[in-house]
This record gives sequence, structure tokens and C-alpha cells, in this order.
Amino acid sequence: MEKTILSGNEAIARGAYEAGVRVASAYPGTPSTEILENITQYKGIDSSWAPNEKVALEVAIGASFGGARSMATMKHVGLNVAADPLFTLSYIGVRGGLVLVVADDPEMHSSQDEQDSRNYAKFAKVPMLEPSDSDEARLFTRIAYEISEQFDTPVLLRSTTRLSHGKSIVNLDDPVTGLPEPSLKRDPSKLVMLPANARQRHPLVEKRIVDLEKWACDQTFNRVETGESKVGVITSGIAYQYAKEVFPDASVLKLGMVYPLPKQMIRDFAESVDKLYIIEELDPFIEEAVRAMGIEVIGKDLLPVCGELTPERIESALSGKPVDTDYKVKEELPGRPPMLCPGCGHRGLFHTLKQLGAFVTGDIGCYTLAALPPLGAMDSCVCMGAGFSNATGIAKVLPENERQKVVGVMGDSTFLHTGVNSLMDLVYNNSTATAVILDNSATGMTGRQDNPATGYTLKGGDAPAVDLENLCQALGVKHIRVIDPNDLDLTKKALQEMMALAEPSVVIARRVCMLERRGNAERTTPLFVLEDKCVGCRSCLKISCPAIEWREGAGEKGKGQAVVNALLCTGCKVCEQVCNFDAFGEIDGE
Amino acid sequence: MANNVKGILLTGVGGQGTLLASEVLSEVLMLAGFDVKKSEIHGMSQRGGSVTSHVRWGEKVFSPLIPEGTADILFGFELLETYRSLSMLRKGGAVVVNDLKIAPGPVATGTETYPEDIPGKLKAQVDDVLLVDGMEKAHQAGNYRTVNTVLLGALSNRMEIAEELWHKALEAQVPEKFLQENLKAFALGRKAA
Ligand SMILES: Cc1ncc(C[n+]2csc(CCOP(=O)(O)OP(=O)(O)O)c2C)c(N)n1
Repeated sequence: MEKTILSGNEAIARGAYEAGVRVASAYPGTPSTEILENITQYKGIDSSWAPNEKVALEVAIGASFGGARSMATMKHVGLNVAADPLFTLSYIGVRGGLVLVVADDPEMHSSQDEQDSRNYAKFAKVPMLEPSDSDEARLFTRIAYEISEQFDTPVLLRSTTRLSHGKSIVNLDDPVTGLPEPSLKRDPSKLVMLPANARQRHPLVEKRIVDLEKWACDQTFNRVETGESKVGVITSGIAYQYAKEVFPDASVLKLGMVYPLPKQMIRDFAESVDKLYIIEELDPFIEEAVRAMGIEVIGKDLLPVCGELTPERIESALSGKPVDTDYKVKEELPGRPPMLCPGCGHRGLFHTLKQLGAFVTGDIGCYTLAALPPLGAMDSCVCMGAGFSNATGIAKVLPENERQKVVGVMGDSTFLHTGVNSLMDLVYNNSTATAVILDNSATGMTGRQDNPATGYTLKGGDAPAVDLENLCQALGVKHIRVIDPNDLDLTKKALQEMMALAEPSVVIARRVCMLERRGNAERTTPLFVLEDKCVGCRSCLKISCPAIEWREGAGEKGKGQAVVNALLCTGCKVCEQVCNFDAFGEIDGE
Repeated sequence: MANNVKGILLTGVGGQGTLLASEVLSEVLMLAGFDVKKSEIHGMSQRGGSVTSHVRWGEKVFSPLIPEGTADILFGFELLETYRSLSMLRKGGAVVVNDLKIAPGPVATGTETYPEDIPGKLKAQVDDVLLVDGMEKAHQAGNYRTVNTVLLGALSNRMEIAEELWHKALEAQVPEKFLQENLKAFALGRKAA
């Protein structure tokens, strides 16, 4: 077997290939995005971006109905969006094996919450596997398809940031052969979930979980590693790796399947040790089940529920002593928050919204960074698609003078994800709120993926691009302005006009993402600061551009001056427009 | 905790390409026959935020994360980010750091100041600090984008791995047309110590 080093996400993609997957669909979301980006290298797999996670899962379900093995991948909050099809799919089961990969983000490195997706397995009554390194990520993906077909069930495969974005050594295996060819097959009592059919299916779901629970007691993905001491640890996923560091001598029950739990195996293990720990990230999911079996354990009474685990967090939680290190930094250091890229079109738009005193119900994307100082121009952010519907809701209750200040904002990808429905409601119910679509022709935040409005598919092929103006018109919007957000005067005028209207209105702020790799993002000559003109008023610092730096004590009066980092500057000229002293010049100019 | 496992913490600023450097590092360790794990964060932090990458190797590695205070080498691409992570280093460990300041947002906008003399502060605590003029050497190699390879060259002095394995790892990770300048950059970095 060939050996290589892969990330968890690369390994899941490899596992899908080895398992003979034919269709994979996803909506990007950290830390799951790279699974589909890597699946594109396997020629036999039809892989694509869906506009949202619900659609992605439904595409995979369709492929399963056709008899093919299929996969949908998403981040944890994406599973909230895809929950509706998942719960009914649990009753239907599969024809071709179906695996839903869900990547959680303990510690919220790039997320708005840290929900524990294991609860979905129990809630939807479907099995969940949880690998603990890249090689298991590959292997468990393969096994998940066997389980799916053997037990007629969708299977959840749970990853976390440290698995998805960690790398470890993987032993590559050959793809499976002899899978049946897809074909049409009618099976209405299984596929049509009318109440009468669903009532027939529900008992099968309950039986399936009982069967799986017994079966899992004899599978190698659940294993006991017998240690020298009488201390026992039950653990799974990445937490297993930490447990092995903290308890090198303990006996370990490593669970590869976290739902359903192998109860008899757990009972036997608990009896073989004197003291039992449960080491798991986030919720006490295993712990509650084990306690319900009447077994005493040490777990979340000491270990944190919030944030990710690390070996030293486990050690200090159990010992009650903070970690001591040899070296320390005693001074307070300046933080390094992420910032909008130089030249990013979101900057001009949010600068203007702030000037106009807008109350911005925002959304999730790169533009959420505009909530941070010094821009500080976003007032709420809930979940994808909420920007417009939150605007509708708040405008309903405000007095007239405040109502006009409400502006909902979201990016093109978020608009097509679930924002279209929100705008439909805004128009249908005649809201006075203004909706702004930040059209940078990219799903930027997750690393610049394509979406139905960019004109390209996941594999880079051409696709019809959604015409956002036409779409808004079709929804019934009568007032639409398209502007370049780097033109501040135009942006201000358009926003003022639309905000003043007592009818639904849309502003499309169009400027290609600076991370665009096809050369469409505009870069012009960098600017520089004219030292004799800059009075040190700091206006340009308020737009939060990484290319502008403050030089303490510079200038004739020693008040300090701005300088432009020519390596970073893209020449977007937003700073030039906010400067009241004509202190920015073009390098090739004067 | 398992003692025969070693760890390097890479620190830098989103966009500096620390990811590729940690790829080369993992590759070379795998070629040298070790079990290797690495862990890093993508996503939000890439917009110019702080980034760290943990690389651990040994006969058998469990946790991909280096426990605080146990890193053998702190490998920094920017001074402030290196200093920020100093508590990750173990007593007697080494610091290999690029002599480069990148002002973070709050410093650029004049609300906070960049700490004075970080090399001096590092040397005051740690005996083995290797300060590398990465930018200058990258220019010598013919392309300023080879800074990270210069730094890997400097780092290689603190690791017992045959030079030819480093070359192999670079060949595996760097596109063909940039390979020559990267090999040159590596050699310049290796001579730095
Ligand atoms: C339900 C859900 N799925 C996925 C994500 C991950 N995610 C955060 S922002 C974003 C896309 C943002 O793209 P866009 O709205 O076009 O804004 P941009 O980042 O390009 O400015 C995604 C996919 C999420 N937060 N929630």
C-alpha cells in the first residue's frame, strides 16, 4: 500500500474515491470546504457546488435513489439547513450508499457557534462515525458506505477542525469494484414519504438502531486498547489523540462509531477498570449515555464543555492546576484581527453606510469583518440569509424616522444560499428596508469558491450566471441600483435614494473579489501619500485598509502621517476619496 | 506525555505562505521515516490574521497539537507573531525567526504600538535565537517570493535531517519552474547560521 501524507479533508475525498462514490455535492463552509475541492481530482466522481446545504444533500439523495453511492459535505451549521431532508431520509434509507460528512468547529476558529453535530445522529436516528486521524478518515469513509447499504440508512461522518485541517500519514487502498450500475427503479412505499408509508418505515428505523448497536460491539472501529493501569478512558475522534497523551498507561475504549453506542462493550469495559474517564469535545454526548446506563464516570464535571480540548487543557482541568511554561511574555501585545483585503469592494460600501448612520442587519461572509473597528459598520449578524429578513422584521416595529435607517446586507453567495427567500418576504410584505447585495462574484470567506452567480462550476467549467438584477425584478423589486462600491459618491447617492423610499429597494454593489484567480480583479497603480499635503487627520485610517499605515511623529509638525505600503496597495482609490486634503497621489502621476 | 516526540510551531501572518512551508516540513519528516502530524487553521484567519501551524514527529505521534511549553523550535515568519507564541517553546529550545515586522491592524491605524526590539527580547530569554534576513536572501536567490524557502534553509540547521531529503521535499512541493530559485534560496538560508 502506498503511503502519503494527507489532511483529514483530503483523506475523506480519497475515501470517497476508494468507496466508488459517483456523485458529491456540497456548499462550502470551513472546515469542510476542501473535501469537494479535492474530490474534483477523481475523474469518476461528478462533483459540484450546490447553492446551499439542503440542496447538496437532496442532490446526493437523488443519486442514491438512482443506485449510486453519493456524498454531501458541509460545516456544522450547514447541517441545520440540511436537517429537513436528513430527518426524512432516515425513514427512507438508501438505495446506493449515502454519506453526509459534517465538520464541526470546536473553538469557533471560523464559525458563529460550536454546536455538536453528534446530537443530530441521535435526533435523526442515523449512525455516526468519527475518525481520529487522516488514515481513519479515509477508512471510515469506506466503511460508512458499507454500513449505509447493509443497514439501509444514511450515515453521518463527523469531522472537526483539527481533523479536517490536520495532516497525518495515510495508507492508500485500491478502489472497490463490482458496484451495481445505476438505473431507474421504482419503489414508492420506500421513496414516497406519505404518512401511510412513513408509519411503516418508522418501526424499521427504531429496529435499525437496536441492530446497529449490537453489531457495533463486534466491529474493529470500536476497540479496546488494554493498558497497564486500572484507569479507563472512553473517547473518540481527535479527543482520542489527546487522551493518549494525557493517559499513556490507561486502558482506552476508542469509539469509531459514536451513535449508536456499543452498550455491552461499554459495560464490559467499565467493569474492567477502577476509575473511568470520558474524554470528549463539546457536549457530554457519550457521557450522558454512559451515565444513563448507571455507570459512574469522570467527565464534564471537570472538563470544559466550551471550546476545543488540547492535551494541556485536559491535564489542567483534571489536576486543577494551570499549565506552567518556561518562557512567558509579560507585556500586553497588539492583537492581529483579520481585515478586508486591500482593494476589497466591501470597504467603500460599509464606509458609506456608516456615514449615513444606517442600522445594518448584516450576514455572514468576508463583509462581517466590517463589524470590527475602525469600520464598525454592522449591527447584527445571525446566520446565512438572515440579513434581509432581520431587516424586514426590525423595520416593522420601528417608528417612521428610524425605519428608513434599516439596511440589510449580504454577499452574492449568501443571497443565493437562502437570501432569495428573505428578499422574497421583504418584497411580498412590502418592507421599507433597503437590501444590499455585495456582488463580488465569489464565495469569498471560505477561500473564493464559485457559486451560481459567478459563471463557473466547481470543476472550472462554464455555467450560466444568475442575473441578479433580473432575479430581483422577478421577485417584484421595482427600485434597483447597481453601483461600484469603490465610487464613494455614487454609492452614497444610491444608498440615500433607496433608503429614503418607502418601498422595497435593492442596491447591488458590484466589484470583483480581490482573490479572484482568473485575472478579473482590477489592480491599478499603487498610490502614495504626498508628505506636504498630509496633515495627519487620520480620516484614511477609518477605512481599515491593510495597505495604509500610520507613522507616528512624521510630517512637518510631527503630528504623524499616513503612508501607503506599495506592495499591498491595489490602487482602488477609496482612501483618496475620503481624504479632504488631496494627500494621495498615483505613483506614476505627478 | 510521550517524550520522544518533537514539535515545531510555525507562526506568521495570514497570506505569508506559512502553509506551504509547513507542507515542505511535514514532507521532509515523512521522507526521513517518521510518523508526522500537523495541524493548522484555515478560514477567517487567512485575511491577514495571526496564523500558527503545529508540526510534530517521532516514532508514533498521537496529538497533532504541541502542548504549550514543549515546542523544540519556534519557527517564526514575523517578529510579533513569534514573540506572541514564546510560551509554546520548551526550556533549551531554539527560535528561528524572520527579521520582519508586519504591522497588525491596530498598529497600522495608530491605536496601538508595535513592541520595541523583539529580537532583543527574544534573546534576553532564549539562548538559541537565529535571526534570519529572509527578504534580503530571497532577493539574492532571484525572487522575493522565496523567503519561506530561505527560512526553511535556516531551520534545517537546527534539525538532523540529510540535506538531500530537504531537496526531495522541495521537489515534491514546489512547482517545477520555481524549483531552481527555491533550491538556491534554501542553500542561502542554510548558510545563514
Ligand atoms: C449555513 C452556513 N453554511 C456555510 C457557512 C460558511 N460561510 C460563511 S460565509 C460564506 C460565504 C460568503 O460568501 P458571500 O456571501 O458571497 O460573501 P463574501 O465572503 O464573498 O464577501 C460561507 C459559505 C455558514 N456560515 N453557514
